[in-house]
Amino acid sequence: MTLTLETDVLVIGGGLAGCWAAIAAAEAGAEVILADKGYCGTSGVTATAGPNHWWVPPDPEKRAQAVRERNARALGLADPRWMARIIDTTWRTLPTLAAYYEHSITAGGVPHYQSLRGPEYLRALRRYAEARGVRILDHSPALELLLHADGSAAGARGVRRQEGPPAGRDWTVRAAGVIVATGGCAFLAKLLGSRNNTGDGHLMAAEAGARLSGMEFSTYHTVAERHSTQTRSASYAFADYFDAAGREIDTGGDPDVTLPLARALLAGPVYATLARMPVDLRAILPQIQPAILLPFQRQGIDPFTQRFTITLQGEGTVRGTGGLRLADEDCQTDVPGLYAAGDAATRELIAGAISGGGAQNSAWAVSSGTWAGQAVARLAHDRGRRAETPVEAAGGAGLRPRGTPATADLSRLLTDGVRAEMLPYDKILFRRGPVLARSLATLDGLWRDARDHLAPGADATARVRAREAAALVACARWSTATALARPETRGLHRREDVATTDPALAHRLSSGGLDEVWVAADITVPAITAPAAAPATQVA
Amino acid sequence: MIELVLADRCTDCDTCVQVCPTNVFDAQPGGPPVIARQEDCQTCFLCELYCQSDALYVAPNCDEPVAVDAEAIVASGLLGQFRRDSGWHEWAGQSPNLHWRMGELFARGRKPVAAPTP
Repeated sequence: MTLTLETDVLVIGGGLAGCWAAIAAAEAGAEVILADKGYCGTSGVTATAGPNHWWVPPDPEKRAQAVRERNARALGLADPRWMARIIDTTWRTLPTLAAYYEHSITAGGVPHYQSLRGPEYLRALRRYAEARGVRILDHSPALELLLHADGSAAGARGVRRQEGPPAGRDWTVRAAGVIVATGGCAFLAKLLGSRNNTGDGHLMAAEAGARLSGMEFSTYHTVAERHSTQTRSASYAFADYFDAAGREIDTGGDPDVTLPLARALLAGPVYATLARMPVDLRAILPQIQPAILLPFQRQGIDPFTQRFTITLQGEGTVRGTGGLRLADEDCQTDVPGLYAAGDAATRELIAGAISGGGAQNSAWAVSSGTWAGQAVARLAHDRGRRAETPVEAAGGAGLRPRGTPATADLSRLLTDGVRAEMLPYDKILFRRGPVLARSLATLDGLWRDARDHLAPGADATARVRAREAAALVACARWSTATALARPETRGLHRREDVATTDPALAHRLSSGGLDEVWVAADITVPAITAPAAAPATQVA
Repeated sequence: MIELVLADRCTDCDTCVQVCPTNVFDAQPGGPPVIARQEDCQTCFLCELYCQSDALYVAPNCDEPVAVDAEAIVASGLLGQFRRDSGWHEWAGQSPNLHWRMGELFARGRKPVAAPTP
């Protein structure tokens, strides 16, 4: 029996952005349902990590300087006004968590708001959301969006995978508006905490008519011990790297070690040691990042005295900048009533062509979630839920095959096929036009298989996997097509065959389409009409 | 990936079933949960953090299952390490959250940048 609900605001995804969206909507007086694929509190890449947030005091000069410095590194694709707004919203919003998170009191008796440990942060956000009356549906992956006859978002359908018969219990939520906060797409790389980040929200939104932006900026990588998920870069600030012959690998003194390490890994095994970490920091590391030493301890490795093998884990769009294109200052997508927050949305407006890293992306999640939550609460107030009107389900591949349903495990074949194009360093970090074109042709073929033959499986897990597979193929195509359409090197997007930056390409690239993928230049910036709350941030 | 649910420690509270973000466990009537979808485990260790009876063991290998020796692991004292270091549950107040010092790792770890060669 289907669980059928109606509410003002539906949030899909219960990580950092989804929680803040739900809280903001509830604070604005709306009734909120949050549906998470896993468990709100452990889901998403923040729960396993420990984010800093872009944190600049409300001093106009300091803020203007922070924006100026960061915008100068964004390679022409960011917008200073959007940067200024996330600094301001983050500064105002983050301290409201204080009743649920035990902030450290640092020098001067000031609570340290900006840097939080992941498991405690997400546990606090869940409690905060519940205290504001948000109804959380755990283990309830959304499978597709519902649309009104006018094309606007009307809700979503999904499955409660721990309830009911083997196929799970279906759920349907009607709402005045929907916020997609499903995170970035990590292409099933082993980035810590990213197993659920398969681009489901990207696909659902695109099926409803949403566009994407910046999908070529999907190449961020992080060092980890080989076979380990501990992609925690802070400790690796102390790492020295060696090749199989014991020669130190020159990382050029740059904190971004990705390219030299990727070249070395393509040639053979690479080893690291954290021997440079001072003993005082070693002693407190378990209190800073409690999980990072677990894999070492369990293998009997002392990372401070021994050399261990390392790898680079891809992150796809997670700490890239691509995602759903935003059409207005409330983070509405190109589909009316459908909003995107956090890593599911493009972060080009605040980060441009280079990674927003942890701090900027976290500030983005807090801010975009807050704005989207407030906006959908207003939408519900102004237009009502419209819950009685007929709606159409927007989902395609993996739900409603056009041809004969496949009998083999097509989901596995498709995900393996995507990984083969999206994870090898030589294809992603050292892109070349002809290789990208071949990848795209392969991925187009995978899409035709998905569209025509990928059917929902018999049990809840197989139903979810089919949609994940379709989403991975779709995201891989947008990413590859956009990389092909940018014949230059700019920030995270690096073309081995065109090493220079082309001033004529200093604009964003939007993309979209399912049967036919398209890419187009996008020179618009969503206007900001809301007055900045005092103290106003001056941007030069 | 998750390798062990230790039946003699497990209190059958099913918290791991609930909190696992990737739905790896299945609850069983009258017994400990089973590892039903090991291939979905993302090796995040969060099930261990939430398990108050330290009945779970996640092997560090995220790429493939590995053989584990349950007796040796119990004897090693490694079970419950994540909870102890995190100061959760009965360890509250005994292991302060020093995450706010993470910035020091980046700052002190950075190698001095060599002067650019002309």
